[in-house]
Order: sequence, then structure tokens, then C-alpha cells
Amino acid sequence: MLLVVEQFLNGLQFGLLLFLLAAGLTLVFGIMDFVNLAHGSLYMMGAYFAATFVMWTGNFIIGVLLALGATLLLGIVLEFAALRHLYGRDHLDHVLATFGLILFFNDAVRLIWGPAGLTLPLPAWLTVPIAIMPGVYYPAYRLAIIVVALAVALMLYLVVMRTRVGMLIRAGASNREMIGALGVNIKLLYTLVFGLGAALAGLAGLMQAPILTVQIGMGENILILAFVIIVIGGIGSIRGAFLAAIFVGMIDTLGRAFLPDLLRQMLSSTAASTAAPALSSMLIYLLMAMVLVVRPEGLFPASRR
Amino acid sequence: MRTAFWLAGATVLALAQPVMAADSIKIGFVSTFSGPTAVIGNDMRNSFELALDHMGRKIGGLPVEVIYEDDQQKPDVGKQKTEKLVQSDKVDFIVGYIWSNVLLASLKTAVDSKTFLISANAGPSQLAGELCSPYVFSTSWQNDQTPQAMGLYMNQKGVKSVFLIGPNYAAGKDMLAGVKSTFKGQVVGEEYTVWPSQLDFSAELSKARASKAEAIFVFYPGAAGVQFLNQYVQAGIKQQIPLYTAFTIDELSLPLQKENALGVPGAQEWVNDLPNEENKRFVADYRKKYPNLRPTFYGAQSYDAAQLINSAVVAVKGDTSKKDAMKAEMEKANFKSVRGPFKYGNNHIPIQNFYLQDVVKDADGQLSLKTVATIVKDSQDNFHDKCPMK
Amino acid sequence: MTASLNARNVTAALVAAGLLLLPLYTSASGNVFALTLFTRIVIFALAAVSLNLIMGYGGMMSFGHAAYLGIGGYAVGILAQEGVGSALIQWPMALAASALFALAVGALSLRTRGVYFIMITLAFAQMAYYVASGLARYGGDDGLTIYKRSDFGGLIDLSSRVQFYYLCLGCLFGGIYLVWRIVNSRFGMVVQGLRSNEQRMQAIGFPANRYRLVCFVIAGTMCGLAGALLANNTDFISPATMYWTRSGDLMVMVILGGMGSLFGPVIGTIAFLVLEEFLSQVTEYWALIMGPLLLLIVLFGRGGIDGLLGRLRRG
Repeated sequence: MLLVVEQFLNGLQFGLLLFLLAAGLTLVFGIMDFVNLAHGSLYMMGAYFAATFVMWTGNFIIGVLLALGATLLLGIVLEFAALRHLYGRDHLDHVLATFGLILFFNDAVRLIWGPAGLTLPLPAWLTVPIAIMPGVYYPAYRLAIIVVALAVALMLYLVVMRTRVGMLIRAGASNREMIGALGVNIKLLYTLVFGLGAALAGLAGLMQAPILTVQIGMGENILILAFVIIVIGGIGSIRGAFLAAIFVGMIDTLGRAFLPDLLRQMLSSTAASTAAPALSSMLIYLLMAMVLVVRPEGLFPASRR
Repeated sequence: MRTAFWLAGATVLALAQPVMAADSIKIGFVSTFSGPTAVIGNDMRNSFELALDHMGRKIGGLPVEVIYEDDQQKPDVGKQKTEKLVQSDKVDFIVGYIWSNVLLASLKTAVDSKTFLISANAGPSQLAGELCSPYVFSTSWQNDQTPQAMGLYMNQKGVKSVFLIGPNYAAGKDMLAGVKSTFKGQVVGEEYTVWPSQLDFSAELSKARASKAEAIFVFYPGAAGVQFLNQYVQAGIKQQIPLYTAFTIDELSLPLQKENALGVPGAQEWVNDLPNEENKRFVADYRKKYPNLRPTFYGAQSYDAAQLINSAVVAVKGDTSKKDAMKAEMEKANFKSVRGPFKYGNNHIPIQNFYLQDVVKDADGQLSLKTVATIVKDSQDNFHDKCPMK
Repeated sequence: MTASLNARNVTAALVAAGLLLLPLYTSASGNVFALTLFTRIVIFALAAVSLNLIMGYGGMMSFGHAAYLGIGGYAVGILAQEGVGSALIQWPMALAASALFALAVGALSLRTRGVYFIMITLAFAQMAYYVASGLARYGGDDGLTIYKRSDFGGLIDLSSRVQFYYLCLGCLFGGIYLVWRIVNSRFGMVVQGLRSNEQRMQAIGFPANRYRLVCFVIAGTMCGLAGALLANNTDFISPATMYWTRSGDLMVMVILGGMGSLFGPVIGTIAFLVLEEFLSQVTEYWALIMGPLLLLIVLFGRGGIDGLLGRLRRG
């Protein structure tokens, strides 16, 4: 029973982290209709910036804030210099261009920081396990991720649903041409949204960094998961991304935790040990395929044309 | 497009360099030089270069040319690079191979062309058993051997039950099988994770804690070892269940693992402080040549690979067409290994000692690895009788 | 399709001639590796040509095309492992398995459009990837070494590099011919019509998804053939063959060469693989050059290399 609670928390934490990454992706995709494969590179850059700034300043919080600013800036520069020229082009052009960016960022990082990767050390108050229930210990840092990500989700919700900028964002997601025609400075809005998306990706990257190491290519596998999430949730929908992220996080973690034992009941022990990791990784894709077969535009389509 | 054509032409020309006459020894070196595990490849290259320096950049009186190729940790790429070395560069020896799956994919190419292949790390069970070959030698071990030593050590410590965690690829399966073959207590759980993409071990760690095992054994080479240890400590399990490792803590991962690794034992066939003369020279010169770096067992095995090649070429006085004579010489292991006692079994896998290493703070307050004891002497792998060679 | 003397046709003819004559060059220079490299290129070109059929002409952006490479390859590998060496069994099995998989994936995926289609094809390919990783008997994650190449009963010897190269080249040219015939047939016209205006075609009375599905299955089968060739070329098959990055590579090859052009994917494949090989010889940091290069091609060269060639005449 305690194990189940612990695994639920693991799933929740993973799902919320995925949400941060997916939120930026779904915004950029929904509003600019831009497929950004380099979103995972921004996630990686956030982690590298954080590791570097924390080392320079010697303070975790200051370093993290600096890193967030740096990723935001990087996103804006990237949008301004290259990517804004690609809006309105074919999706495949986006894929090719941002695939090129992935290659570039990976090697640029290797050139600057070396191939070994970095670590982002935690301050002592975050490294202790906390007793959330009698007998159930959970790492303080993972709890912190849950809290921060929930706060960000709430903030995003308030910004998107309650402010003027949010109104424009929602309008942009459902009808791009119209809000341009209404005289909204669409270019500025786009840059802003892209920067926000980059910062969210950076936040996800730097929060994951103390658990995993900071390394080259860390954004690529998780990027595919983020795409799965925004597609399940419906492109452009923050709410959809949130629910799908939690769902995917849970399925992935619980699948890994309980599937092997389940398989062992049915198969021989060795066959089960090999098949279980494969099968539990497959669950997410199975889920996406099923959702799309039943609802071809995701669970919460943002725009109905 | 013109540029692309020009490039195509240039490549073809670059690939078409005339084959040199045999007045030099050509060695191909396949390892991982990109991605997060490139640090391992770099250490192997550094040590191999150091060995060549110690030989005066000549083997058997002939100048040496080494061609380094990056396998990107992918079996298909490693295979392709091996093909290039054999077919295009026509090398005399191929050395390297960190990963069991990359080696298994590349093996056929080398064996079919009768090019000597020396595995400086990977040791899948097939290589020691049914796939053993006159042209293949190892300067490392068979995968099961190191965890077998760890299993023996856990018996010595009186551990009654263990939870095993490892990656789901050839070496991972070999490693866990190795522990199980010598550990006398009960194995209460066994988890395989997706390799190399899965880096969050929270689900597995939770299960290990819930299993109430007396010990956890893991095998996570490279960066994954750093992450595992991080999460093991953060989850507070370090205070509850002691960890036993194979290939998880080494000189490359230690600077990233830091205090997390203190007191976590590992088994290894080479440790930097082994007291023989060759090893002292190897370690001291390595640290002189590459300041800020420390050699690892990957490096030590590459250093020995260079010595093994040297012994073979010297024996035939540089005539590398005498393959049988070279093979016979290499089987004698006629060189002084940095790990001390070293001889070959019938399957060309070393028979050697395994040591217990621990992480301690050294004199200058730096974390380093230290030999604590010899766990097992003259260990030979369990697969040698499946090898048809005598 | 008039064979006028423009930059595109001249380039296509030159590349085709170059590919045909390559073994002469390699036997003259003794450089076997160039042949190995180009055998690989020709096989990937066949896969790219098949992807172009659905992506360029049919407007179906499949992000899971590498799955067929793997399925074709595993059909050969598994049969070889089980002692069935004859190509007359292995290859039809490879094609049939790919066709079947394409049929299932297509039937389910074609309900979606655009990005959703991209992602659902990716999902199926990833599932195939994980199924292959779970095949403990056939190597699991580590892949399967194929100790004996497909046996054509003395007709063709696949272990002869030159014969194997020409077999691959024959398959490639056959594939291009097939695509050319399809594109210019009534069937092909309908599929292309569906890409430009689906509603109109449906209004005329064409069952859109049935046409698309047939096209999708043909492309999958053709890529399965490429997979069978690839497995024979590398003597090895592993789940990595169908990982999503490989599907991405295939897409890049097609887009780079020029979508919806008959010969574009071949040029794109050559450019991509040769650049990769060449740059990785020049510098360890080859991606630092390759990445921005791709970005520039997208920014300034619409329609890939083929588009550039098309404009060459005008400016």
C-alpha cells in the first residue's frame, strides 16, 4: 500500500515536469502553428545554464533565476533571428530547420561545456527525504518539483484565462488571421509567446537537472513524450496538456512499477524481465494511438474550424 | 547542389587514399567519442596514446598509425565503422569497444576478414563462449566475472537478501546473472530499465525499499551511474539499505557523484593504487600528460591492449602477415599488465584477480578509489568450456 | 514529363550514371569502402523514394517510416536465425509483413490529419520498436547478427559486394520507375488531387481514404524491401533501425532533396549521408556545420535541392 502511494507521487512528479515542457510546446504550436523540435534543446540549455550559474554564484536560487532569464533570452533571440521567418511555411520546413537546430545545439554544448556533462548540486535543505505519512518517505526535492510545477500551472491558467495577453493568446490559437486583422501586434505577441515557451522548457530542464545529470541530448527523448502529450491533449490547449501530462506521467511510472510483476505471473521470469521494460515504454504510445483513433484531434481540440 | 557534388567528389577522393605498403602498423580504434559517454572513449584514447608514448611511438620497430572512429554508442554505427577500418583502412588490429551490443554487432566483420580484434572493455558471454575466435582477444573480462566477485563479497559480509537493478541490454543481463551465480542469499527482486534512455529510477528505488532487502546491487556504467546514486541518496535509501556495485563508480563518474559515493563498495580487476611498477608508471605518467584527469579501468585495459599488440608484433619482427605466430604469442600474454597477474584462458579471456574498491577521501581531501582487499584470485569466466578452441 | 534539358534532369541523369559506374571506379582504385558507403546510400534512397510517394505526392506525412525498414529487416533476420536462408521465402515475407503492418497502421491513422497523423504514425513505429526490443529470443535491445545473407540459389551472390550493390541499385531504379508509373496513372492523379483538395475530390465521388490507404501500403511495402536489403547489407538488425530518429532522418532526406520530385529523394539521401560521412571525417564537431546548413537550406532554398535546381535556369 505504501508502495502504491510512493509510486503515485513518482508518477505525479514526472507528469508535472512533462507538463512544463509540453505547455510551452503546445502554446508555440497552437498559436504560431510552428513545430519546434528544438524545444528539447531549450530544455537542455536551461539545465546547462542553471548548472553554470549556480556554480558561478554559489547560490541555488539566484543561479536558477539567472538561468531562467538566460533561456528566455535565448528563446527570444532564436525566434527573432531565424524562426519567425518560418511562420506560415509548411510544417515539414519547420521539422527540417529545427532538426538542424538540435544538431547545432548538441555540438555547441559539447564544444563549450565538453562531453562529460555537469551536475547541479542541491542545497542541503532540499536533499533530505521528508516523511509525508508515517513510514512513507519522499525526497524533498521531488516534492518541491510538484509544488513549483503546480504553481506554474496555476499561474499559466490565470494568465491565459484572466488577462488581456491571455485573451490574445487564446484568440491566436483559434484564429490567427483574425486577431492580426484586428490590429494586434502579432509579431510582438509571437516573440513573447516563444520566449515564454522557452523559459518553461528551461524551467523543466533545470528542475530535472539535480535528479538526472545535465548532459547532451537530454532533451530529445523527453521531447517526444512532450509531443505525445500535446497531441493527446489537443494542440493549443493548456488544459489538455495538463491533464494529458499527468496521465502520461502516471501511466509511464505505474507501468514500470507494476507491469513486470504482472507479467511474471503469466510468463517465465526471464522472458518477463526482458519484455516488461519494452512493454511499459510502449504503453504511452498505445494510449496516444487509442486516443487519436477515437478522437482524431485529441481530447481537447483548441480550435474548431 | 554544386557544393554537394564537390563534397561528394571530395569524399570519394578522401576515401580513395592509396593503400600504404606494410611499413607501418595500422590500428583501428572504435569507441564512443560523442554523446554523454564520450568521456569513456576519451579516457581509452588517452591511455592508448600514453602506451604508444611509452613504446616510443613504434611497435616492433615500425611507426604506428592509429585511426580513431566514433561508434556513437550505437551497434549499427559501430559495425559500419568497423567495416570502414577493415575494408578501407586495412588495419592490422582493431581495438576498443566499450559496449557489449556494439561489439556483438561488429564481431563478424572483423572475424570474417581475419583481422585481430582486441576488446578493451566489452565482454558479452557469447564472446567467451560459442562466439570465441582465434582472432579475438580481450584485455578486460567476461561481463559476469566482476559481479560474481561482488556476489562473493556480499556472502563474506553475510548479506541475506538482495534487490538487483540494471539496464536491459547484453551487459546488464550478464551482470545480474553474474551476481546471482555466486550470491548465496535470496534475490528478492530484479528490475531491468530501458537502456540508455531511462534515467529516472524512482519507480525501481521505491520497489527496492518496499522489498525490505538487506542490500541493493546495481550496474550502471557512465552517466547513468551518477543519476542512480543521486536518486538513491535523495530518496534517503542510503541510510536504510547499503548499495553494492559493479562498474558504477569509477574515476570518471566520481567527480560528479562526489560524497554520494562515499563508502559504496565496488568490484574491479584494476584499481589506480595497485602496487606494481607498471601501474605506478601508468598512473603517474597519465596524470602528468593529462593534468586534471585520472585514469580509469577503461584506460588501464586500453593500455594493456597496446602492450598486447606490441608483444605480438615484436614476436614476428613486424611481419603482420604471420597471423598464426602473432596469435600464439598473444595467447602467452607476454607482457606486464598494469593489473598484475594476467594470463589467458582457452577462449582468450583473461584469468585474473578481482579487488574490492572503496571510495575514500585521500590525503589532499579529494575523493578517490582505493583497493581494500582481493576478493578472488585467478578468476576464470564460466563460459570457457562452451568455447570450441583448446 | 517531357525530358527537356534542364538542370534538374541533367543532374538526375548524372547521378544515375554515377551510381551505375561506381563499381568500376572502386575496382580500379581498390577502394572497397566507397562501395560499402554507396550501397548503404542506395538502400536509404529506396526508403526515401517510398516515403516521398506518400509524403510528397500523397501529402501523408509519416513520421514512422523507419518501422518498415525494421520489419523488413527482422523478417530476414528472424528467418535466417530459424534456419530459413532462401531469399525466395525471406523476401516475400519481408514485403508481406511490411504491407500488413502498413495496412493496419494506415487504416487506423488515416482517420487523422496533419500533425495528428504525424504523431500517430510515430506512435505505431515506436510500438514496433518496443516490440522488437522485447524479442529476447532475437537479441532484444542488442539486435540480431545475421550470419548468412539471403540465398538466391546461385542466381545472385549477395556476399559479392558488386553484385549486391547492383541488386540494390536495381531495386532503387525499379522503385523510382514504379513511383513514376503510379504518379502518372489515374490512381496517382486521384491521390495527388486528394492532397490539394480533398473536399472537391470527395464531392466528385472518390473514396478518399481508400485511395490513400492503397498508396500508404505500397510505400510501406517498398520500404520493407529496403529493410530486407539493409539487413543483408549490415548483416545485422536491431530495434535502433526503427527508432524515431531514423524516421526523422528519412524525412530530412526527402525534404532536403525536394518533396514531390521523382529523383529528389535520391539526391537528398546522397547529400545527407555523404555530408555526414565527409564532415565527420573533417571535424568531430560536424553537427555544428550540418545543423545551420539545414536551417539555411530551409530559409533560402524552398523545395530542397530539387527546388534549387529548378530555379537555376531562371537565375
